[in-house]
Amino acid sequence: MKKRSFFEHIATAPYVFWASIFIIGPLLVVLYFAFTNQEGKFTFENILSLSSYSHTFIMSLGFALIATVICLLIGYPLAYCMSRMSERSRNILTVLLMLPMWISLLIRTYSLMALLDNGGLVSGFLTSIGFKKLTFIGTEGAVILGMIYDFLPYMVLPIFTSMNKLDVRYLEAAADLGCNNRKTLWRVILPLTMPGVISGVTMVFVPSISTFYISQKLGGGVFDLLGDTIERQFQNAVTYHTGAAISLVMMVLILLSLAIMNKFSDSGEDIIV
Amino acid sequence: MNKNVLIRLNGICKSFDGETILDHINLEIHNKEFITLLGPSGCGKTTTLRIIGGFETPDEGDVFFDGKRINDIPPYQRQVNTVFQRYALFPHLNVFDNIAFGLRIQKCPDAQIREKVKEMLALVNLRGFERRRVNTLSGGQQQRVAIARALVNQPKVLLLDEPLAALDLKLRKDMQNELKNIQHQTGITFIYVTHDQEEALSMSDTVVVMAHGKIQQIGTPTDIYNEPINAFVADFIGESNIVDGVMLADYRVKLAGHTFDCVDSGFEANEPVDVVIRPEDVDVVPVEKGMLSGLVTGVTFKGVHYEIIVDVKGFKWMIQTTDFVAEGETIGLSIDPDAFHIMKKSEFSGMFGDYSSFSDELEKLSDATEEIDEE
Repeated sequence: MKKRSFFEHIATAPYVFWASIFIIGPLLVVLYFAFTNQEGKFTFENILSLSSYSHTFIMSLGFALIATVICLLIGYPLAYCMSRMSERSRNILTVLLMLPMWISLLIRTYSLMALLDNGGLVSGFLTSIGFKKLTFIGTEGAVILGMIYDFLPYMVLPIFTSMNKLDVRYLEAAADLGCNNRKTLWRVILPLTMPGVISGVTMVFVPSISTFYISQKLGGGVFDLLGDTIERQFQNAVTYHTGAAISLVMMVLILLSLAIMNKFSDSGEDIIV
Repeated sequence: MNKNVLIRLNGICKSFDGETILDHINLEIHNKEFITLLGPSGCGKTTTLRIIGGFETPDEGDVFFDGKRINDIPPYQRQVNTVFQRYALFPHLNVFDNIAFGLRIQKCPDAQIREKVKEMLALVNLRGFERRRVNTLSGGQQQRVAIARALVNQPKVLLLDEPLAALDLKLRKDMQNELKNIQHQTGITFIYVTHDQEEALSMSDTVVVMAHGKIQQIGTPTDIYNEPINAFVADFIGESNIVDGVMLADYRVKLAGHTFDCVDSGFEANEPVDVVIRPEDVDVVPVEKGMLSGLVTGVTFKGVHYEIIVDVKGFKWMIQTTDFVAEGETIGLSIDPDAFHIMKKSEFSGMFGDYSSFSDELEKLSDATEEIDEE
């Protein structure tokens, strides 16, 4: 193996430093709190006590899955269309997709809240055309809509990138071998853009399952998702240990789902998430 | 119309971004024929192939297949399969699944698929490779998979777009023989695109020489070599000295200040012509016995023969001889009457056939860049 030069050592140093202080360090702290009680003694109590939170886990998982699937259903066709557009309209659409990402998540969620609120723009419009008064805030739909709205670009862009890299020769070869457009999509485009789908799903699923802000604002405090629970536990020094345990289990859950996904995607390509 | 004609191109024109690529191409391709489209890069040969495959639509003109106009038939409904330039094997499938791809689309039963794929793997000498991933194969092996993937569908016509361009010389020679054998065994019409004249001559039944979006000449390999129609064809196929001459009368041609006997006729008296003399048809003789004489300015050892450049009154000839002559020597040249091939003047006259700037290395270099350009 090539020996790393002095320069390479220097170049990686800031990141190694950063990672150990702000990533590895905190993880160790979480680990410590998850497995100790208030006297600082090693215990499994915190992890075992989580069974009372199983409802929260299931709900969060469900919300995140639904949001991810809907993002995929919207995002994949969108990315496919984008890759077939003229360069001009493709660029415009890319900018439109990126634009929300330049605005803070807080502001985006707040504006969605303003739209959906009782007496907000949407319900105002619907009542004015004769619908009876509708409530959005505090429904499952609003929370999931928030997740989709906030995270959709993270689904579209990686899929679009892999779609764009797809060599047109593969499509021609498929057509040559008898595939019409639909069969080409299923048998060639979809398997070859799987890496993009995997990273898109990851980038939507992970923030969806851990979000607390969206559920607080759009859920009207009705839904207590994992993120909310963790946030609350860490606001009180006494419950640090439970909070750490939930964080740890959630992390393991996320890693597990990603591992399963990678297994299923098996197209032989090494996908690095 | 000949019943044997499988594909007919009728006045095909195509341009990209205002640049004319194909200019009124007329071509008939017969059943079970091995036909080669030959020309330098940018001559329109690949575009012609893509029009037959259905990947491009002509701006003007019609494509007929078995007597039916197929301009608007999409590729997946044509009885044609293609071996692509860089194979385009599906990277997410293994060798077996790549070859089975077309059969699966046709909803062929599994048992039949297994049998046919096995047969194809035997045909291209890749037994036992079923489970290999395509990106672990060498270039030659990928090439064979690409051929098998196309042939397994039993197309009426196989289109091959520079299929051997990425292989090394030795492998290319082997594959040329194999392709020829496969064509004999299967009886499928092959339409082959290449810029390698040697490949074209050794494999084809018919060669179509193209330049500037036009067909220059159609003929058997021997016709094309022995009776080139203009200076472009003469220069592109093999080495040739193309000299300005004047046809004094039938069977009498004057060039380089000397009047020769020849075997060509049918020109007007004193008509200016291009005269082709192949390097292997010139004999080196002592000066006093020569019809022409010249100064040797370059000698290259080629193994079987020497390639020498001779300055005859300012025009440099290439001559292949087995006798050694030294640089700086003055030698005589003798040419038999049947060695002359007389051509009418064309737009290509004066552009080719002088070896004053000739260098083997330069030629190799330009070949290499050409291959890269084609990507």
